[in-house]
Amino acid sequence: MRVYADNAATTKMSEKAKGVMIDYLDKYYGNASSLHSTGQEAAEKLQEARKSIADAIGADPIEIYFTSGGSEADNQAIVSAAIIGKRKGKMHIISTAFEHHAVLHTLNKLEKEGYEITLLDVHENGMVTAQQVADAIREDTCLVTIMYANNEIGTVQPIAEIGEVCRKAGVIFHTDAVQAMGHLPVNVKKDKVDMLSASAHKFKGPKGVGFLYAKRGIILSNIIEGGAQERGKRAGTENIPAIAAMAAALNESIENMETANEKIVKMRDMLVDGLSKVPHSKVNGDMSSHLPGTVNMCFEGIEGESLLLLLDANGICASSGSACTSGSLDPSHVLLALGIPHEVAHGSLRLSISDENTEEEMEHIIKTVPKVVDYLRNMSPVWEALEKGEREHII
Amino acid sequence: MLYSEKVMDHFMNPRNVGKMDDADGIGEVGNAKCGDIMKMYIKVDKDGIITDVKFNTFGCGSAIATSSIATEMIKGRSIDEALTLSNRAVVEALDGLPAHKIHCSVLAEEAVKAAVKDYYDKNGIEYDKDMFQEYSCEHCE
Repeated sequence: MRVYADNAATTKMSEKAKGVMIDYLDKYYGNASSLHSTGQEAAEKLQEARKSIADAIGADPIEIYFTSGGSEADNQAIVSAAIIGKRKGKMHIISTAFEHHAVLHTLNKLEKEGYEITLLDVHENGMVTAQQVADAIREDTCLVTIMYANNEIGTVQPIAEIGEVCRKAGVIFHTDAVQAMGHLPVNVKKDKVDMLSASAHKFKGPKGVGFLYAKRGIILSNIIEGGAQERGKRAGTENIPAIAAMAAALNESIENMETANEKIVKMRDMLVDGLSKVPHSKVNGDMSSHLPGTVNMCFEGIEGESLLLLLDANGICASSGSACTSGSLDPSHVLLALGIPHEVAHGSLRLSISDENTEEEMEHIIKTVPKVVDYLRNMSPVWEALEKGEREHII
Repeated sequence: MLYSEKVMDHFMNPRNVGKMDDADGIGEVGNAKCGDIMKMYIKVDKDGIITDVKFNTFGCGSAIATSSIATEMIKGRSIDEALTLSNRAVVEALDGLPAHKIHCSVLAEEAVKAAVKDYYDKNGIEYDKDMFQEYSCEHCE
């Protein structure tokens, strides 16, 4: 049995999106900038996809800019708002400590250029409040950028309330909605967001394509120069088959959202109930405001990479925020932002499921994880010390 | 694949894993904060030969694999030979490690040395203190 439980990393393309992509590769290979009919047919299809995506999120087609994905959209949104702010002498940006690195690294770069960055605390439950945002906004704040839903722990932030605060204060509000798009009902008007980033491969679309929504009136700065595509704001010949497949995937996800989420939440609750029975384990993040399919847990006394390798050997594809899997010496900045100590954060496991998973697969996970955790604990000197009382249990 | 077949073999089927109640020397290195701790137990006979080795490790796949292969490399060897075990030899025996995992092989070398040092200390055997530098992790301090 192979159980794919890493949908927050990426999803398998839906049959419908794949069908659109293959069809478009065949029929609409023209360059949308070409004057001839082959090019113009492609240009029409590009506009169709733009309208379809705009409609799906309550935006106007001219407010949608296609990018290579979520990271590029985050970069462009933040840099653009920073440049707009600087012209007005406003160089303060508010964000949170557990954003995706596409946001945090862009903010680091801006900090070196003289911007002042405030990272809000996300508390033990992985939630930021609108009040925190209101308290942090200053005269010189030019941007608030807060993710819609966290990629590692799945907590969903009070976006509409934060949007309201920003609107009243006249500050641009950007949200990285990469994890939320296609999984939660996102609407830029109801959510009062000025800019939003999304990525197709998180909602069963292709990799390498995403979009940035920027409200009319917000002037974007280019990250990529060299052509008039995307109204001059993003150079490069458009990948129309991928863009059309993204539009198809998004609409399909929205259509199926209610039934899919009902199924996913049921399976997720099975996981939470089943795996919480492992002694000295902990579910991370507030489960009352949460993505349907993401579960993040810590198991004391073990390390996440060895857990993942053994789960993989048992047919389970998952992810972890341990240092060894993050490619650095520190465990995930998200878990650390929640105040989880290093030694516990090393033993984290993220399971992210989709409507293609089955309850039988959940049972396999619930049966396998405790066995693997036990096996690793039995060879762990940290666990030995915890059991002997030489080290205190944290969870 | 991230790891060689040899690493995966030693991770999936670790040799000499466990504790030893009557160990002659026990070495523990690493730090839970950093994500790896290795504990190595050695049994030494009157001729100074390591007759048995056991290990327990908290850590990633390569931490477990380097511990496992290090126990194989010193079992049946003399204490003096065990002290010559280098992290490079551990990496070679595993057909290589990814660059960011080399520190696991250093830990394996340190764990063997720490167990020998404990054996020396317990038996009042004199040794050159410089041979055993205190294990430290710059990152954690």
